[in-house]
Amino acid sequence: MSGTKITCTKVGHTYPNGVQAIKDVDVTIEQGEVVSVVGQNGSGKTTLVKHFNGLLKPTDGDIMIGDLNTRENPVGLLAEKVGYVFQNPNHQIFAASVHEELSFGLKNIGLNESEIDKKVTEIADEFLLTEYLELNPYRLGFSLRKTVGMASIIAMEPDVVILDEPTTGQDYSGVKTIKESMAKLKSEGKTVIVVSHDMPLVAEETDRVLVMCNTELIFDGSPADLFINKSVLEKTNLKPPQITAFAAAKNFGGNKKAVLSVDDAMKYV
Amino acid sequence: MSIIKIENLSVQYLEQEDKALDGISLEVNEGEFVAILGAHGAGKTTLCLSINGIVPNMINADMFGKIEVAGEVPPKIPVRELASKVGSVFDNPEFQMSQLTVFEEVALGLQNLGVEKDTIIENITRSLELVGLAGFEERSPFEISGGQQQRLAMASALSMKPQILVLDEPTSNLDPIGKEEVFTVTRKMNQEEGLTVIIAEHEVEVIAEYADKVILLEEGKITQMGTPEELFPSIVNIQSDVGVRIPQITDFASKIPDKFKGTIPVTVDQATESYI
Repeated sequence: MSGTKITCTKVGHTYPNGVQAIKDVDVTIEQGEVVSVVGQNGSGKTTLVKHFNGLLKPTDGDIMIGDLNTRENPVGLLAEKVGYVFQNPNHQIFAASVHEELSFGLKNIGLNESEIDKKVTEIADEFLLTEYLELNPYRLGFSLRKTVGMASIIAMEPDVVILDEPTTGQDYSGVKTIKESMAKLKSEGKTVIVVSHDMPLVAEETDRVLVMCNTELIFDGSPADLFINKSVLEKTNLKPPQITAFAAAKNFGGNKKAVLSVDDAMKYV
Repeated sequence: MSIIKIENLSVQYLEQEDKALDGISLEVNEGEFVAILGAHGAGKTTLCLSINGIVPNMINADMFGKIEVAGEVPPKIPVRELASKVGSVFDNPEFQMSQLTVFEEVALGLQNLGVEKDTIIENITRSLELVGLAGFEERSPFEISGGQQQRLAMASALSMKPQILVLDEPTSNLDPIGKEEVFTVTRKMNQEEGLTVIIAEHEVEVIAEYADKVILLEEGKITQMGTPEELFPSIVNIQSDVGVRIPQITDFASKIPDKFKGTIPVTVDQATESYI
């Protein structure tokens, strides 16, 4: 598949008030990668990912979404390739019913009515939303509303899906649904970019981590390499998952690679 | 000495079919750190709001059964009055801010109670020191970080010198540094100031370390109660049914109990110590 590759060349962004949010970011994300972007609030991670679908245009450098330069193309066109699921669903949801919310994007990309109905039924089933289709999204709890936001973007089948803090405020089953749909997107060859503070999610579900710190990209590598890199962890105040910390204390596997999950740790018992 | 006594308490919101709380009984001792766990909709927020009186005094609901908090019956006294015994912190700090400066924000509750000016200033200074915000007096509440906002909300609550602090998912919208700030202050209030803490929270790793008692709510009922060491191992195999994650280390240890001398750890330190 040709797909959509994201290429950032010397990307910098200075907001109109003079605050520089990111500088000199060079990174390429290939179609099909599952990448997390981590760092404290204010490190520049959200600013960076908002460049990946053209919501923000760089003030320095260039970003290519496939063969489209984000400076020269409207967000609407870029959004067909890159879907962005907001951290706060209230920033995204506006329709009077869940059905309407899920249909809206599909209408925009030109599907006809029967195609839309079929797709809405499918996606509602996948995200366990069928029983809520006729309800106003604001009658749902935060967790379910967030799921609606995610489902409405994924329904449009963009090549790249950006998830901003998907597990925040989610309970056990909410987190499970998100992990399952990330795995499904991966198996379909979609690119998944997840911005998150949830280190077990980063460790278990993503293959590559970009670490932002004070406007700069300071680490680009696997979670297994990140969670043994003491200097990056200290600098960014990132805490490894419990099982990773335990395995490190017990020198599992000689500490060459960080242990990323309970299953992973079982191999060394 | 018990400071909260709840007997067969039920809460029914007017527009909902099911009861939000369904016949719960609970006793909390003075100085205890109590965590409330449960899936969305299990009743965690309703329990918090019943303790600080917001339900049914500000959010309309039918309440049945007995509830006594710091010697008061919450439905029978105004929320503002109860606030001098029960401080509250919610999940979205921004919604709690209304003033131009950090100082005024903390002063607000005290002014409303008609406290004298000197006492107000003394209280504000002390509260801001307790939460580590001394020196922030003239800053805008809207231009500080989420963790600082949440600590400011705690300072406002503490300025009334409450005996109980109720926190409803206080770290849901914070980054890791902000989470740590809030948990550190919460623990300090509990350990050094002797406040009773009631906290609804999804961060089970922190709960495992800090809580004396953990309550599991399911569909408005308390289905389990105990220390973290008792409760977490007992829900290893039913996480998806009860909608609560357990600490990773507990999950791990329960697969190989022999390697942990038969005890199931809930924290990394416990695990590192007992692993053979």
